[in-house]
Amino acid sequence: MAALPKSDELFSKINYKPPQSGWMDTPAVLREGMFCFAAKPKSVETLSLPYPREWNPRNDDWLLPENWKEIIYEGMKDRLGRFRTFKIFMDICVRCGACADKCHFFIGTGDPKNMPVLRAELIRSVYRNDFTTFGKMLGKLAGARPLTLDVLKEWWYYLFQCTECRRCSVFCPYGIDTAEITIIGRELLNLLGLNIDWIATPAANCYRTGNHMGIQPHAFKDMLDFFVDEIEEVTGVRVEPSFNKKGADILFITPSGDVFGDPGTYTAMGYLMLHHYLKVNYGLDITWSTYASEGGNFGFFTSNETMKRLNAKMYAEAKRLGVKWILGGECGHMWRVINQYMGTMNGPADFLEEPVNPITGTKFENAKSTKMVHIIEFTADLIKHGKLNLDPSRNDHLRVTFHDSCNVARGMGMFDEPRYVIKNVCNNFYEMPRNCIKEQTFCCGSGSGLNASEDMELRLAGGLPRANAVKYVHDKHDVNMLACICAIDRAALPPLMKYWVPEVDVTGTHEMVANALIMPGEKEKTVNLRGEELPGK
Amino acid sequence: MNSKYMFSLIAVVVLILLAYVGVEAAGLQVIFGIVIPYIAVLIFIVGFISRVMDWAHSPVPFRIPTTCGQQKSLPWIKHSKIDNPFTAGGVIVRMFFEILFFRSLFRNTRCRINEGAKISYIWEKWLWLASLAFHYSFLTVLIRHLRFFLEPVPVCLQLLENVDSFFQVGLPGLFLSGAVLLASVTFLFLRRIYIPQIRYISLAADFFPLFLIISIATTGILMRYFTKVNIVGIKEFAMGLATLHPTVPDGIGSLFYVHLFLVSVLFAYFPFSKLMHMGGIFLSPTRNLPNNNRAERHINPWNPSVKIHTYEEYEDDFREKMIEAGLPVEKES
Repeated sequence: MAALPKSDELFSKINYKPPQSGWMDTPAVLREGMFCFAAKPKSVETLSLPYPREWNPRNDDWLLPENWKEIIYEGMKDRLGRFRTFKIFMDICVRCGACADKCHFFIGTGDPKNMPVLRAELIRSVYRNDFTTFGKMLGKLAGARPLTLDVLKEWWYYLFQCTECRRCSVFCPYGIDTAEITIIGRELLNLLGLNIDWIATPAANCYRTGNHMGIQPHAFKDMLDFFVDEIEEVTGVRVEPSFNKKGADILFITPSGDVFGDPGTYTAMGYLMLHHYLKVNYGLDITWSTYASEGGNFGFFTSNETMKRLNAKMYAEAKRLGVKWILGGECGHMWRVINQYMGTMNGPADFLEEPVNPITGTKFENAKSTKMVHIIEFTADLIKHGKLNLDPSRNDHLRVTFHDSCNVARGMGMFDEPRYVIKNVCNNFYEMPRNCIKEQTFCCGSGSGLNASEDMELRLAGGLPRANAVKYVHDKHDVNMLACICAIDRAALPPLMKYWVPEVDVTGTHEMVANALIMPGEKEKTVNLRGEELPGK
Repeated sequence: MNSKYMFSLIAVVVLILLAYVGVEAAGLQVIFGIVIPYIAVLIFIVGFISRVMDWAHSPVPFRIPTTCGQQKSLPWIKHSKIDNPFTAGGVIVRMFFEILFFRSLFRNTRCRINEGAKISYIWEKWLWLASLAFHYSFLTVLIRHLRFFLEPVPVCLQLLENVDSFFQVGLPGLFLSGAVLLASVTFLFLRRIYIPQIRYISLAADFFPLFLIISIATTGILMRYFTKVNIVGIKEFAMGLATLHPTVPDGIGSLFYVHLFLVSVLFAYFPFSKLMHMGGIFLSPTRNLPNNNRAERHINPWNPSVKIHTYEEYEDDFREKMIEAGLPVEKES
C-alpha cells in the first residue's frame, strides 16, 4: 500500500487546473491509495452474480469475458429501457458546470474526472457512440467515443470514486443525479464481475448470515451480551435485550457496523438502554433479529436486484415475528433504501400496522405505508412528549456539531429531528457553515462501499470538505465532538478527524441520548459509556 | 486553440455562407425561404414529440426525488413543502420555481481555497443570472416574432413590444430583449472559454448552439437597425408561410435568408441535441416526484422477482448454534 502523505502535503497537492490534454485523450492511471481491491470470487458466487474470478485491477488483463463489449452494450440498452432517469440524464446535460465544484472528491483531489459532469460524460460518451444519431455520425466531434478496455478501466476507477451522495444533484438545474448514473454504471460493471471486495463481501455476508460482518447468530447475541455487561458497569442497570422474539411490539433493525466497531458500539449500547427504559417504564417490547441483523444494504451499491434480495429480509422477519411495525437505527444509505426503495421493492407491508408510538399516541403518518420509523423520529417524539428523563448536563464536556449524512439529507430530508434530539441531550451545540450542512452537506468521503483501508488516500481527500468545515467550528467554537446518525460515518469519520482535525471525536446521536438518559434504578453514575468521567463527578 | 470550438465556429460560418451563396449566386430563394423552413419545423415538432415520448416510454421504477429541505414527519416539525414536497401540489410549486426561475441553479456556489488551508464556498449568482436573462430574452424575441405571422397583430404582442422597447433610442425603438439576448449568450460563451474547468468539459455540441444563436441574434439586429430590410415584404412572406400559401416576394435581402436559414438549422438541430433539456426538465424524476414513499407506495412496473435467503434456510445453517446460545428456533432439530 502506498504511504499516506501528511495532511498538509495532501492539501497542498490539490490543483484545480485541468491538464493540457483533453479528457478523452487522457487515459485514467490507477493510482495506489485511490481504489479498492477486486471482489473475491467466492462473494460474487454467493450472490449468484456473473463472472466470479480472481482478478487484479493493477494487472493489464482483467480477465474479462470475450464478449464483454456486447454485454455492456446490451446492459446499457436494457437499462435505458427500464430507467427513465438513465435515459434523461444521458440526454439533457448541457455541461453548464454548476456541479463541477460541488463534489467532495473533486474539491479534495482536483482530478477533473471527479467533476460530476465529467464522471457522467465517461458513460455518456459511450452512450452517444452507440445509441445516438449524431454520435454515430460525428464520433468524437459529437462527444462520442467507442468503448475500449481503457474506457472500461476508467469507468471502474471513477465509478468507485463516487459515493452516491447526490450533492451535485441539488445544484443541477435539471436534477441530474450522479448517484443514479453511478448506480447504473456499477450495475453494468457487475455484469462483468467487476465489483470491489469491500462491497461484494459484505453483501455476500449479509445474504448468508444476515449482516455485513458475517457474524453468526450466536456471536451476534454474544456481542450484545457484552454490551449488556458494559452498560451494567456504567449504570448499575442490567438491560435485557430480546432476540427473534415472536409477538414483540416492534422489530428493531440497525447496521451491524455498530455492533462491531467503536464508536458505533456506544451507539448500539445507547439503543439497548433506550429500549430497556421504554420496556421498564412503558412496557414497550422491542426485539432484535439475528436473521435481519443488518440495516445497511451493500446490495444498493451492486445492483437493484441485489438490493432487493438483501432488503427483503426486513419484511420477511417482521412478518414471521408478527410485530406491529419496524424501527430502524441510525444509518445513511440504509435509510435511503428504506425511504425511497423498500416499499416499492418488497411492499406492500400489509401484514404490519400503521406505525403508532404507543407511548405518546403519535401516528407516524409519513411512514404509514412502508411501516418503518427512524429511531430519531421516534426519540424526538418521545422527548417532545416529555417521556424521557434526561440530564443533558452529563454531556457538558462535549461541544457538539452535527454532520448530516448525505443519504438521509438528500434522499429523505431529515434535518430538524436529529437537531432537536441533540439539543435536548447536550447543552453545547454549534452548526457548521450553511453551505456544508443539511441539503448541502458534505459526504464523509467513504460512503457507497468505499470505506476500505486500501483506498485511504481517496477517503481522506474526499472527506476533506467535511473535515475542513469541522475544523472551522473547532477553531471558532472549540467543538470537540462530531455527532452523526450513520454507521458508515461512525466508521469513516474517526480516521478522517484523526487526519485533519485530531482534536475532534465522533459520536452517534443515541450514544449521547443514552448518556443523558436517567435510567430507572441506576447507580450514581461517574462515567459515560466510553468510561470517561462525567463532568463535575 | 480549441478544436471543439473551432469546429463549431467553422460549421456556423459554413452555414451562413451556404445560405448567402445559395440565395445570392444560385437564386435558391424557394429552397431557403420555403422548403427548408417547412422541413425544419416538421423535424422540430416530430423530433421533439418523439424524443419526449421515448423518455416517457421508459418507466420510473423508483421514486427518488432529491430532497432539498425538511421532510414531512412529526406534526410539530416545520415541513419544507416546496423543497421537499409531500404532495402533487408541492411538486407543482417546486417545478414551477425550477422551470421558471431556475431555483437549483440559484443555489450555485463557487469553491475556493484560501490562506491557512481554509476552503470557502461563495454564492455564485452570475451563471444563474445570465441563464435566466438568456432564456427570458430569447423567449421574448420569439414571441415578438409572432407579429410577422399574425394579422392583425394582437394587442398583447404590441404591449410586449412597448415594454421591450422601453428605452427608446431613435427609430426604430431599441428592443431590450435583443440586446440582452446577445449579451447573455456572449457571457455564456466567454465562460466556456475562460473558466478552465468549463473549457475542459465543453464539447463541440456546447459551442455550436451558442455560435448559432449569436449569429441569429446578430443577423436579426443587423436587419432591424442597420440594413433596414423590407419589413412589409417579410410580413407578406411570413403570412404566406403561416397560411400554407408560401410565396417568395421580391426585394428581401440575402441577410434575411441567412437569418431564416440559421433559425431553421436551430429548429432542426434541437431534438437531437442537449437543447432537449427544455423537455427533459419536466420529466426529471429527482424533481418531479413527491418525497412520500413511506406513506404511499410507488409501483415499479418491472419489479423483479428475486431469490432471497429465507429464514428457514438461515435457521438450517445455524440451528445448533442458535439453540446453544438460547436463541428461539422454529424447528428444534
